[in-house]
Amino acid sequence: MKELLEFLSFSNPNVRVVTFGTMFIGMSAAMVGSFAFLRKRSLIGDAIAHAILPGIAISFMVTQSKSPYILMFGALISGWAAMLLIEAITKHSKLKPDTAIGLVLSVFFGVGILLLTHIQHSGAGNQAGLDQFLFGKAASMTKDDLVAYSVVASILLATVFLLFKEFKLMSFNAEFAQISGLPVKSLQFVLSSITVLAIATGIQAVGVVLMAALIITPAAAARSWTENLVKMLFIAGFAGMLSGFVGSYISFTAPNMPTGPWIVMSLSAIAVISLVFAPKRGLWSKMKRQRENREKILTENILKAIYHLSERRAADFPVIDEEDLQEIRQFNSDELKKGLRLLKKRFLILRQAEGFRLSEEGLTEAKRVVRLHRLWEMYLTQRMRLKADHIHPNAETIEHIISPEIEEELLRELGYPDKDPHESPIPYK
Amino acid sequence: MVGDAISHAVLPGIVIAFLISGSRGNFVMLAGAAAIGVLTTILIEILHKKANLQEDASIGVTFTSLFAFGVILISSFTGQVDLDQECVLYGEIAYVPLDPILLGNGTNIGPRALWISGTVLLIIIIALVKGYKGLALTTFNADYAKALGISTAFWHFGFMGLVSLTTVVSFESVGAILVVALLIAPPATAYLLTESLKKMLWLTALLGILTAVGGYYLALILDGSIAGAMATFAGVLFAGAWGWTKVTRRTKVIEDGGVVNPG
Repeated sequence: MKELLEFLSFSNPNVRVVTFGTMFIGMSAAMVGSFAFLRKRSLIGDAIAHAILPGIAISFMVTQSKSPYILMFGALISGWAAMLLIEAITKHSKLKPDTAIGLVLSVFFGVGILLLTHIQHSGAGNQAGLDQFLFGKAASMTKDDLVAYSVVASILLATVFLLFKEFKLMSFNAEFAQISGLPVKSLQFVLSSITVLAIATGIQAVGVVLMAALIITPAAAARSWTENLVKMLFIAGFAGMLSGFVGSYISFTAPNMPTGPWIVMSLSAIAVISLVFAPKRGLWSKMKRQRENREKILTENILKAIYHLSERRAADFPVIDEEDLQEIRQFNSDELKKGLRLLKKRFLILRQAEGFRLSEEGLTEAKRVVRLHRLWEMYLTQRMRLKADHIHPNAETIEHIISPEIEEELLRELGYPDKDPHESPIPYK
Repeated sequence: MVGDAISHAVLPGIVIAFLISGSRGNFVMLAGAAAIGVLTTILIEILHKKANLQEDASIGVTFTSLFAFGVILISSFTGQVDLDQECVLYGEIAYVPLDPILLGNGTNIGPRALWISGTVLLIIIIALVKGYKGLALTTFNADYAKALGISTAFWHFGFMGLVSLTTVVSFESVGAILVVALLIAPPATAYLLTESLKKMLWLTALLGILTAVGGYYLALILDGSIAGAMATFAGVLFAGAWGWTKVTRRTKVIEDGGVVNPG
C-alpha cells in the first residue's frame, strides 16, 4: 500500500518519466493499431517492428551518431521499405500475404542483426545502446525520450483527428473510398507512415518482439466492447495507457521485473477479460444467450407436446406425466426434467397428485406455439407451394422465433384460417 | 505466420522445461516445447473460433503473451536459468562446437547440437515419408480429406508438433526470429520455381543447405552474426528466384506473340 502511494505521488522523477512515457507509447500504438486491426493487417505491425532494425543499423553506420531523431529517421525508411515490399510480393508473385509478411519480417531482421553484429565486432566504440531497440529500455527512459514520445503521440492524435472520416472509410470499405473519389493512395501513405512512426517509437520501450502486442491487443480488446469506431479508439487508447501504467508499477515494486513484458501481460489480461465478459460480443454473454435460446426451444417443445396430448384426450387441462410426453415426442429424459422444472418455475404447469397439468397461462402459451407452427405450415403450402409432407421440419424451427408482429402479418396474409394443411385446427386465444 | 507465432511462443516452454530438468538441450525439453507449440495453435483456434477474434489478431495476441510470459519467467529466475534474451532472439551458432558430447571414456563424438538437430532431421524425414499422403491431402484440400475419412485434426496438430520441434532445436543455434527466415524463405523460393510438391520439397532442402553454407561465408566476410547472415542470404536467394520468374515470364509472353495464356 505504501508502495502504491509512493508510486502514485510520482515524487520519483524516474517513475514519472517511465510511467508517462509508456502511457504515451501505449496510447499511440493502440490508436494506429485499431486501424490496422480493422483492415485485418495486424501482423504487418509485427513485420514493421522487426524490419526497422536494418534502418537503425544503417543510419548509425552512415552518421556514427546515436541521436534518437537520426535513428528514428532510418527506422522510418526501412519500416516503409518493408511495407512496400510486402505489398509488392503479394501483388506480383503467387505468394500469400502471410508468407510475404513472414519472409520480409525475418529477412529484414536477419539483415539488421548481421549489420548490428558487424558494427559491434568492428569495435566502433560508441555503439553501445543500439541493442536497446531489440529488448526495449523502458526502465532507463530519459526526459528527452519522454518529450520525443509526447511529440509523436500528439502528431498521431492530430492526424487521426483531422483525417478521421477518411481513415474510417478506408478501414471499412477501401473500394468504396476509392470510388467516392478519396485519394486512397496518399491516405494509405499517411496511415502507414503514422503506423511506422508509432512502432519506431514503441520498440524503444518494449522491444521488437513485443511491439506487435501494443498494436494488436488493445484493438482486439476494444473491439469486443463496441461497434462504434470513435468509442473503439478511445477504449483501445485507454487500454494502452492503462497497461503502460500497470507495467511501470509492477517493475517499480519489483525492480528486477522487466517493464515491457509486464505491459504486454497486462494488455493480454485486459484482452482476455474483454473477450470473455464484454456485453453482447463477449464469450460469456454469447453462451448465456445460447443457453436461454436452448431453454426457450425446450420449454416450448414441451408445451406443444402437452397441447397435443390435450387435443388427443379432448380435454383442456389433462393430468399427464413424463411418460405421456415421451410418447408424443422423443425427449432426452434429463432435458425433459430440466424443461419441466423451468416451466414449473414460471407457473406454466402445475404439479398434481399424479403428474402435472397446464395452468391457464400455460395453455395460452402452448396455444401460441402451436398456432405459430400451424400458421407457418399454412404459409409454406399456400405461398411457397410446398407439399404438406415437406413443411413440418421447417415449422419446427421457425415457430420459436416468430415475433408477435410477424404473427399478426401472417394471420392477415392467410385470412385467419382455422385449419392447417394437415387438417388440424389452429388454436386461437 | 503460425511458424513465427510458435517460434516465439515456445519460450516459456523452454524456460519451464529448463527449470524442471535443470539442463538445456535434452530430449525432455524438446518434447515439452513441442507440446507448448501445439498448445499455441490450440489457443489461437480458441481465440479465433470461440471468442470471435479475427485470425491475425488471435495469432498476434497469443504469441506476444506467451513470449512476454517467457521473458518474465527468465527474469524472475535469474541466476537459475542459464538463458539470456539475446541468445533466445538471435542465437549463437558459433558456440555450437564448444559444447560437445563426451562419451563415458572421454571420446568426443561431436557437438551436442549437431546430434540433436540430426535426430530431429531424421524424425522429420521419417514423418514426411510415412505421412506424405496424409500431409499432402490435408494441406491441399482439407475438405476432401475430411470426406475421405482422414482426421484433419490429427494431421494438423501432428504437423504443428513437427514445426515446434524444428523451432525448438533451432532455437539455440539461430534464435527465435531467424528460425522463421529458415522456415519460410526456402519454401517460398521453391514455391515460385515449381508447381509440383515433390519437386518443391527437394528444392527446399537444397535451398536450405545453400542458405546455411552461403550465410556462413557471408558472415565470415562481414564479421557478423552467422544466423543474421543466413537470413540475409535466404532473402537474396528469394529475390533472385523472384526476379528470375519475372524475367522468364516476360520472355515467354514475347515468344507467344504477346498473348498471355489465360490458363
